[in-house]
Amino acid sequence: MTLEQKFLWLMGGIGALLVVASLIGWILHLRAAPRGGSATIDNLNARIRAWWVMVAVIALTFRLGRTAAIVLFGIASAFALREFVTLTPTKRGDYLPLVLSFYVLLPVQYWLIADGWYNLFAIFLPVYGFLLLPVLATVSGDTDDFLARVTKLQWGLMITVYCISYAPALLLVQVPGFVEQNLLLLVFLLVVVQLSDVMQYVWGKLTGKHKIAPHVSPSKTVEGFVGGGASAVAIGAGLWWITPFTPLQAAAMAAVIVVAGFLGGLALSAVKRSLGAKDWGQMIEGHGGMLDRLDSVSFAAPVFFHVIRYFFEP
Amino acid sequence: MLLSACLTGLIRVLVGATPRWVGCRPTPALRIYFANHTSHMDTLALWCALPAALRARTRPVAARDYWAGGGVRGYIATRGFNALFVERHADKRAEDPLAPLDDALARGESLIIFPEGTRSAQALPNPFKSGLYWLASRHPEAELIPVYLENLYRSMPKGTFLPVPLTCSVRFGTPLARVADEDKTAFLVRARQAVVDLA
Repeated sequence: MTLEQKFLWLMGGIGALLVVASLIGWILHLRAAPRGGSATIDNLNARIRAWWVMVAVIALTFRLGRTAAIVLFGIASAFALREFVTLTPTKRGDYLPLVLSFYVLLPVQYWLIADGWYNLFAIFLPVYGFLLLPVLATVSGDTDDFLARVTKLQWGLMITVYCISYAPALLLVQVPGFVEQNLLLLVFLLVVVQLSDVMQYVWGKLTGKHKIAPHVSPSKTVEGFVGGGASAVAIGAGLWWITPFTPLQAAAMAAVIVVAGFLGGLALSAVKRSLGAKDWGQMIEGHGGMLDRLDSVSFAAPVFFHVIRYFFEP
Repeated sequence: MLLSACLTGLIRVLVGATPRWVGCRPTPALRIYFANHTSHMDTLALWCALPAALRARTRPVAARDYWAGGGVRGYIATRGFNALFVERHADKRAEDPLAPLDDALARGESLIIFPEGTRSAQALPNPFKSGLYWLASRHPEAELIPVYLENLYRSMPKGTFLPVPLTCSVRFGTPLARVADEDKTAFLVRARQAVVDLA
């Protein structure tokens, strides 16, 4: 099958899934209505509505091609960084490093992907960004909490820009015979990581009893993780035909994505709580902020990327 | 119109400017919105947070010396957000500086004012100047709405020209009660406190 055909089949499948989800949401809503409705079901329906929008945006952008996909992730990164910075108590002296992050480092990182300059893409923020931020922070002369302030910015930039940019960077991997269809690797990552989140949520709501980390992320349960993770691995294996992998390899890759994504959700939940918030923002109805949707992607994307490069590039 | 739409879009992308109607609803009543002032984006952010229908008949009050120049700023202020200019420097004043504001209120236009008169460098406002008192006493029919602009002092602090993207919310409080025979100082302290309480 060509890229075009695979893409259409996949979008058809996702569309069908959303129709089923919307119907279930509607039936649950009707059943709960006589009892005065339910906040959980209202939230579920808000989430499903937001999914329609997110899938439509991603599908349309990917139809436009590689550059559009890179720009879309650049914008998502900018919103995620905006949420991170908003919750971080920055001071007047952080102004210059913030301006550099938003208006120089972020665009350059995504431009490097569009340019296909892998070697600089991989070190630009961990080396040059990392070193430049504290230098610019000294300009104001404010040394109060200097290390803590600079570290928070570096951390935010690494997660919201560097790690998330690994998702569109999948366009750069060189798996023999598959280079033309790299966009599908990105689709595979997004489908597995997001379905893993959704399935963990559903399994957790239906069967969840044992909390994994009650203080860090009260909604994560052993049952949710095992059931949701296994479902996402099964779906990933079933999608082998859009990837360069065999069904077994696709299952292993999906497992890598699921585990990394889960750990990302856990770690970023702890960061969010240490900043005193429950959600990163209110951008996406029912879900919270952009970073609430991308927390698992930020961990899964770099790991998925480097596992492919290690095992599948000659 | 196009310029206004572009400005609103730009502000939404940069700082969100999400309205939070904490103590009142967005109604077409005659109002004087008064807020803390920390950045050049304050006027635009508060103005963007209003529903479009109210925006059309709400005039932000801007300093003539800064906003009324002939260049881009002047163009944005007059065409973009339909500002009313007020003279800050006493020696340049030919008439009562509040006269244009009186006229606007008399025409049924609501106002956005920053009673500190200039931008402050921190989250909480400096003491208020007396303009708000005179406007309030001359226009008892207007509702006085305290507004707190969150985070904008971090986005574009005094002395800088490029806004850092941050999510900012605009909180609208309960209309300030009218107290009979209250003196100017007490009124201004109470008005400032109403803004501080929203922080």
